Amino acid sequence: MTAALRFDPIRLPEKCEQLRKEVRAFLAEEIAAGTFDPHKPNREDTDAPEFSRRVGAKGWLGMTWPKKYGGQERSFLERYVVTEEMRVANAPTRRFFVADRQSGPVLLKYAPENIKMDILPRICRGEICFAIGMSEPNSGSDLFAAKTRATKTNGGYLINGTKIWTSSAHIADYMIAIFRTSPPTKENRRHGLTQFLVKMKQPGIKVNPIGQITGQYEFNEVVFTDHFIPDDHVLGEIDGAWKQATSELAYERSGPERFLETYYVLTELVRAVGPNPDTRSAEGIGRLVAQLHTMRRMSVSVAGMLEAGKEPVVEASIVKDIGTVWEQQLPHRVRDLAAFVEETATNRETLERQLDFAIKTAPKLTIQGGTTEVLRGIIARGLGLR
Amino acid sequence: MAESDNIVVETAEKIFADLADPQTINNDKKGSWQAPLWQALSEAGLPLSWVSDDLGGSGASLADGFALLNAAGRFAVAVPLAETMLAGWLLAQGRIASPEGEMTVLPASPRDRISLDADGALSGRVRGVPFGKTAKHFAVLAHGKDGVSIALVDAAKARIEAGLNVGYDHSDTVTLDKVQPITIKPAPKGFDQTTLMLMGGVSRSLQIAGALESMLDISVRYSNERVAFEKKISKFQAVQHNLARLAGESAAALAAATSAADAIANARSFNDEVYLEAASAKIRCAEAAEKGGGIAHQVHGAIGFTMEHILHRYSLRALAWRDDFGSESYWAVELGKLVANRGADELWPLVASR
Repeated sequence: MTAALRFDPIRLPEKCEQLRKEVRAFLAEEIAAGTFDPHKPNREDTDAPEFSRRVGAKGWLGMTWPKKYGGQERSFLERYVVTEEMRVANAPTRRFFVADRQSGPVLLKYAPENIKMDILPRICRGEICFAIGMSEPNSGSDLFAAKTRATKTNGGYLINGTKIWTSSAHIADYMIAIFRTSPPTKENRRHGLTQFLVKMKQPGIKVNPIGQITGQYEFNEVVFTDHFIPDDHVLGEIDGAWKQATSELAYERSGPERFLETYYVLTELVRAVGPNPDTRSAEGIGRLVAQLHTMRRMSVSVAGMLEAGKEPVVEASIVKDIGTVWEQQLPHRVRDLAAFVEETATNRETLERQLDFAIKTAPKLTIQGGTTEVLRGIIARGLGLR
Repeated sequence: MAESDNIVVETAEKIFADLADPQTINNDKKGSWQAPLWQALSEAGLPLSWVSDDLGGSGASLADGFALLNAAGRFAVAVPLAETMLAGWLLAQGRIASPEGEMTVLPASPRDRISLDADGALSGRVRGVPFGKTAKHFAVLAHGKDGVSIALVDAAKARIEAGLNVGYDHSDTVTLDKVQPITIKPAPKGFDQTTLMLMGGVSRSLQIAGALESMLDISVRYSNERVAFEKKISKFQAVQHNLARLAGESAAALAAATSAADAIANARSFNDEVYLEAASAKIRCAEAAEKGGGIAHQVHGAIGFTMEHILHRYSLRALAWRDDFGSESYWAVELGKLVANRGADELWPLVASR
């Protein structure tokens, strides 16, 4: 066989179901207390620092990390359950989800001990927010075209240049970014970039908000002017960031957030059609649920493989490709079906308001965190085509 | 993908490789491969995998049997292996021993009915019965005034109108007109036609997933051989992205089908969670058969449209399998009704149940 793709059926262990009950109870309390409205994904201020601390206090941030850094040493499958329940409830996770999913694991792997001891426990407590500094004005999918320079100086580096489309930079305490420490070589155009830990809210960093077509301001331009980063904030090998980037992608690409971003419109459609749908609505809902179920089983399967210590990079890319295309189309399919919902449906207005927002959100889903084109390139490489 | 980690699948794959090689079969216009293949499968006890020893079978687990069907899909096996397995399984639900030889199940569609009258005779006309014409016996699920029964029927007593599905396999209309069964027993509590359809649907899903794995395999191989515009077509980004999508469809089908098989193999009853798994598998695999098969043909160009090429053995069969035991639109309607009936706030708990 050319392609050894695997999606073993994983059954979530009993402890996950117990945890799921705890998460649901916690979220129900938060909703009752007015922390957030699960029917309103288009809230203007998506930052909820107090909620973040309460999630941390539950032990649900950095769950899989070693206890000495504030973690719980629990499994990826348990983390999976927490993530999906938060996502489906439309909980305000913006403040902590990048740190929990991505930045923390990078620090665990590449940061010196003193940094780990300082920062990781604060992530686990839900106190700090991370951003990711990858894209630049002339470098998006082509990551290795990044030009923002890190120039060696006494005791550290001086950073000059601009990162862009940086989600949460306006609220972030830290950023993990790649900067150019050397020019690319003839043999390897990926050479010369180094990963750094950047402390935000410092001299030499200016964050400029960028308005998105949804009406929100979640991403930013981040301008560095002679910003100083100390030597111990280098993460991993100098000039070797390209070797470090790929193994994390499986975590980033296969989670429930890769197909649940617009899920709320499906729930609301089911509510609007009521218990006795006509054939058209029933078929439409049935297909969407079958597709959703399949993606979730694929995604859980990848989580199970990660738990088993494997690196299912191609499988993860497939989950993100199929998942993001699906969540992008979902609001449009729901709109098709909603056209025949009775005028008297009690949640009609809620559904319409949600569709309006989901339709505006949809275009970004196949762009953020690796475009469909990049993902299909990775899958094609896995198939032995390039 | 072809991970043979159990003895049943290993045995089957060896037989398929020796006696069901798609290219050999495709070159053989007389069908002389069929008898030796069936004989080898029977000698290995594979058609009665799901029948326990005391009822005449080989007593493999549900899980092993499902894995066997996935392997059969990878070879686009065109003998009634899945049908005989399902028939044996159905008979075993009524504690009826399986006879030797080829069997199939009636009905094979959720909308058809066989009825049992007061004299113990069976009647009904059912369409789209896979391998109805070549079966020696039928395993029948019948509805009588006292509920659901399971019966073994001599195929010679039925009227058969032969037909072919789009994959050129037998798909026949079978009429029973007051036929006395060889044996008839009441079905176990809770067992009904939906249970049979879900089981048949998951079996077909695994076969479709297997066929897609092979379509991906031969499409990738072909793209690495075929040269156009002075380079291998695998080097064109448009072709690469099409094949990446085919890999996605193949992966989705495999994940949906194996997940549903795992759910059934470990379920105590056919509850809503199993229903979601099985119905979703049939829906998603059928969609993948269309999308994935379409890409496999596009990559192959004209050669894949010829009878002499093996691609159609997989692509057309995968399309044909969509129709058996409830099409994707049938299951979508039923699943949609189930979801609507449970209510909006019960959708996520259902999806997240495993």
